[in-house]
Amino acid sequence: MERTWCKPLPAADLLITGGRVVDPESGLDDLLDVLVGDGRIVQVGTGLEAGDDVRVVDATGMLVLPGFVDLHAHFRTPGREDEEDIATASAAAAAGGYVAVLGMANTEPVVDSAHTLRGLARQAQDEAVVPLGFYAAITRGLEGRQLTEMCELDEAGAAAFSDDGRPLPTAAIMRRALQYGKMSGRFMALHAEDPSLTAGGQMHEGPASARLGLAGIPSISESLEVARALGVAAYEDAGLHLCHVSTADSVQAIAHAKEAGLRVTTEATPHHLTLVDECVASLDPNLKMSPPLRSESDREALVEALRSGLIDCVATDHAPHAPEEKDVPFEEAPFGCIGLETAFSVLYGGLVASKALDLATLVTRMSAAPARIAGLPAPSVSAGATADLCIVDPSAVWTVTPASLQSRSCNSPWLGQELTGKVRLTVAAGRVAWDDLA
Amino acid sequence: MPRRNLISIEDLTRGDVELLLDTAESFLPVLERDIKKVPTLRGRTIINVFWEASPRTSASFDLAAKRLSADTLVFRGSALGDPHGEALKDVAITLDAYSPDIVILRHPSAGACRVLAANTRASVINAGDGGHQDPTQCLLDLFALRQSLGRDLDGRRVFIIGDILHSRVARSGIMGFKMLGMDVTLVAPPTLLPRGIEEMGVDVRHDLSELGDADVVYLLRVESDLTEPGAAYLPSLREYARVWGISSARLRPGQRLMHPGPLNRGVEISADAADGENLIASQVFSGLAVRMAILYRTVIGYSDGTATREAL
Repeated sequence: MERTWCKPLPAADLLITGGRVVDPESGLDDLLDVLVGDGRIVQVGTGLEAGDDVRVVDATGMLVLPGFVDLHAHFRTPGREDEEDIATASAAAAAGGYVAVLGMANTEPVVDSAHTLRGLARQAQDEAVVPLGFYAAITRGLEGRQLTEMCELDEAGAAAFSDDGRPLPTAAIMRRALQYGKMSGRFMALHAEDPSLTAGGQMHEGPASARLGLAGIPSISESLEVARALGVAAYEDAGLHLCHVSTADSVQAIAHAKEAGLRVTTEATPHHLTLVDECVASLDPNLKMSPPLRSESDREALVEALRSGLIDCVATDHAPHAPEEKDVPFEEAPFGCIGLETAFSVLYGGLVASKALDLATLVTRMSAAPARIAGLPAPSVSAGATADLCIVDPSAVWTVTPASLQSRSCNSPWLGQELTGKVRLTVAAGRVAWDDLA
Repeated sequence: MPRRNLISIEDLTRGDVELLLDTAESFLPVLERDIKKVPTLRGRTIINVFWEASPRTSASFDLAAKRLSADTLVFRGSALGDPHGEALKDVAITLDAYSPDIVILRHPSAGACRVLAANTRASVINAGDGGHQDPTQCLLDLFALRQSLGRDLDGRRVFIIGDILHSRVARSGIMGFKMLGMDVTLVAPPTLLPRGIEEMGVDVRHDLSELGDADVVYLLRVESDLTEPGAAYLPSLREYARVWGISSARLRPGQRLMHPGPLNRGVEISADAADGENLIASQVFSGLAVRMAILYRTVIGYSDGTATREAL
């Protein structure tokens, strides 16, 4: 059944010539042409030709990649359309090379009923340029007390279940949720945080927080909860997805769980993979997020885990906030930053260029790996597949400004900075969703 | 003759069960007479101790004892926390002073019958102790099934659907159904299945997709407190009804629908299924005959299969 929705744009007919096609799914890394007809990839090869009515995209010097999939974004709709809505979120996704994005349920009202979920699906069918899917909450109102009607929500098309933004308060409710959630084939994404350890915290607890005089959020506030969640999942023989893993000790716990055969998948954000607590010295509220930017050794552990596959995928935790919310002292600002439009550039410039990660691995972690977790077809630049791809100019240098962003919000950690690598064209579900070439 | 208790189905052999069911069958003519009473247990004393309210079970036992001409009394116990509460042990000692032949106990805690049995010379019959056992319910269910499907239940398939986790009826039912050769499948969301229940030799399902295989569809009561905040066994009774509730449309002709009562109409059973063809009233009727048989055998003994006819 359908679990992502977008509006019926015209199907694309394109001939993409001369680009470097990097598609780990089909094992390609070569200069090739890609012919897209009626929204599907017709042929991948050299010297391809098409009729006069087909648009030719000269991709010389560019990368042609399978489109990205994000398991973790906040669309802020319903309730905070001033920060983001379905149209702007999907436009931001398209501009970032994404071909499918899942939105979390911590909206106002919370997505905890089939009625609300169906409303969002209809809205995506009217407004989204990229297929969007929606999490349903695990507990009603994210209150951590009563389960949602997961069987009905599953039938209504919930992409998965999560109370993201809030941890499940007790091991007992986590256990019931994992038990009950087993009946749907949907994955369950947990926000691992022990609130008794994060209360009042502003940033990662360490030398930087000591120097800045900001209350710390210790790494164990995440890793203890990760360990508990893994323990419950192992006991119940239930699958589990851990959101935004940020610490080395969480990675350790996940490594043990995976060795023991537990069905656990994990994600890490571009900001945790490239930025550290020392960056917070600027006291820029756009660097305040939950979990917080961690230490350099945590960051290195995350990069290595992403490389090895211990961390399965990149997820943005795209979290728009209104200017008036972030234009305040660091300690008064809410947690969260946007990320859909900068994810590939940041990771390409930050990890691939420095050879910490090879391009094919990054592409897998941003595309096929998250797609598989969500049960979506893995995007692939190969004949017969639906056209889910993006074209990236790897040498383009661009400055992150409010005007350069499609998102309604601009709370980016990289605001005002230059990034290398820009998505020029995105074809999502066979339709041109982003076009920076025309 | 040694005292004979009935605390768990495990206290009975298959032969005992069949004897009890045959005995109950022999009582059926009594229940159809104008004067529905035999003098079999005249002068015997049977005390019903009900530590939690159970009007149906209490009525059934009381009437069964009266049909057999026993002297009966009902004692409503109350827990220690209550203003007039006292320990079960003291109640047992008090009642024992009246030299009853049988004490029947319904109690919210597993293990209550054991305390009672240790402090009375009477035979103890378990009318339900917490989530542990409800052997007389199981026997009456078997009796109702024999009346409906014939004496041979071997190979028949029963689906028990509902709150298995908290159900004494499920536990004694599984044992009794299996004892008579039936195949047992449990259907419930994972939150309402006790861990390790498969070890009792049952199949476990989470949905009704295979319900068509069932000869017998046995529903358990699903209480609203399962949805209370913090408990979180179920999201809502609405979702329970939608996914696991039994309506006539979900049954095929010939399937025997059972429920121990009281019904939660609109939750585990729809109004049309409750009012349609089912064995629910037959279970209540069977309860009377079976409890007469149990009281009778407990006093007279399980060994002599011909005793019944003489008693009548």
